[in-house]
Amino acid sequence: MYDAGKILIGLVIFLLLLTFPFWFSLGQASYESPDLQLPEDKEECIEDTEWMRKNHMQLLDDWRDTVVREGKSIYIGKGGKKYDMSLQKTCMDCHTSKEEFCDKCHNTASVDPYCWDCHVAPEEVANGQQ
Amino acid sequence: MGSNRRQFLRIAGITTLLGLGGGITLSASSYKPQSDPAQENEKRLRAGRWGMVIDMRKFPKDPEERQRVFDRIIEACHSTNNVPEGEAKPIQEVKWIWKDHFEHVFPGKENPFLAERVEQSEFLLLCNHCKNPPCVRVCPTQATYKREDGIVQMDFHRCIGCRYCMAGCPYGSRSFNFCDPGPYVKDKNPDFPVRMRGVVEKCLFCYQRLEEGKQPACVEASNGALIFGDLDDPDSHIRQVLRENYTVRRKVDLGTEPSVFYIV
Repeated sequence: MYDAGKILIGLVIFLLLLTFPFWFSLGQASYESPDLQLPEDKEECIEDTEWMRKNHMQLLDDWRDTVVREGKSIYIGKGGKKYDMSLQKTCMDCHTSKEEFCDKCHNTASVDPYCWDCHVAPEEVANGQQ
Repeated sequence: MGSNRRQFLRIAGITTLLGLGGGITLSASSYKPQSDPAQENEKRLRAGRWGMVIDMRKFPKDPEERQRVFDRIIEACHSTNNVPEGEAKPIQEVKWIWKDHFEHVFPGKENPFLAERVEQSEFLLLCNHCKNPPCVRVCPTQATYKREDGIVQMDFHRCIGCRYCMAGCPYGSRSFNFCDPGPYVKDKNPDFPVRMRGVVEKCLFCYQRLEEGKQPACVEASNGALIFGDLDDPDSHIRQVLRENYTVRRKVDLGTEPSVFYIV
């Protein structure tokens, strides 16, 4: 092989750069899911916690189409329980604080859903703020 | 190789079909824990075509008192549906149910010798939920559409704010949010959303209240002056009222077939 030394050095540099995110974060604190404020007086959500964590965004997206466009407003959740398909009336009825529940994860994960451009968060009502 | 071209094509075709079918069913329902978890509300009010009669005779004769009743009805609508009030400029006004004079409500029907009670009174106006709605025809995103029960529905999530529907509506029933409406909604109803800047809004016949088995907010606040019901059902109260009284509709010659009737 011609110029084996240069090529090998180049390869090593390339590999180092490629794996930069992995070794750079070594020793640093790993991602911790934020502590969410859970409703005190409620035992269970409409589905399992793990499932909700993974799928709530798709579920809400489905809900908005089902309610507005198909005219079905009842969701049958875990164990056949019936719920109103409504972010404001059902979700925020238990999860009464947007800051302590929605925002905590969304901020940590750097996602910015636009639900609250229109939908009214519970605190807004209490404080009368925008 | 023991297989010929025919066999190869057959196997390839079947696997493609299986793959496609499997993929579609998977993507449609893969994430949901149950197969069909959505249901209609049992309390839901149903109709073939919702309509309304505005009986002007049932409002108080005294002009001031009449204004008060109108304002009470408008307030009931606005507080239920989070309609902004008191915007800085007239063009920013958002109208769901509002009032105007005879010559603007029934243009072409006015004459110099109109009866005093008609000439001096104001009328309540709202979306006519036309049978043949021009706003629905022009909406490029199907954000506004005709429901099976006749309500001209808005899907605010989907509106891109092009305002074609406002140009299409001959009744001025649609309003554009030129600014963020949030600050102009006094006491927000926590059960219903507000809108955002760049979205068109209008009266929706309180579809969210029909869902719970309740009449629209304006009807409830009107003490019987607004009659709401199923125009397709010959035995309904509204059809009885229509049978027994002479009613007019706004701008019928345009062919939009409004579902809001007036007893003048």
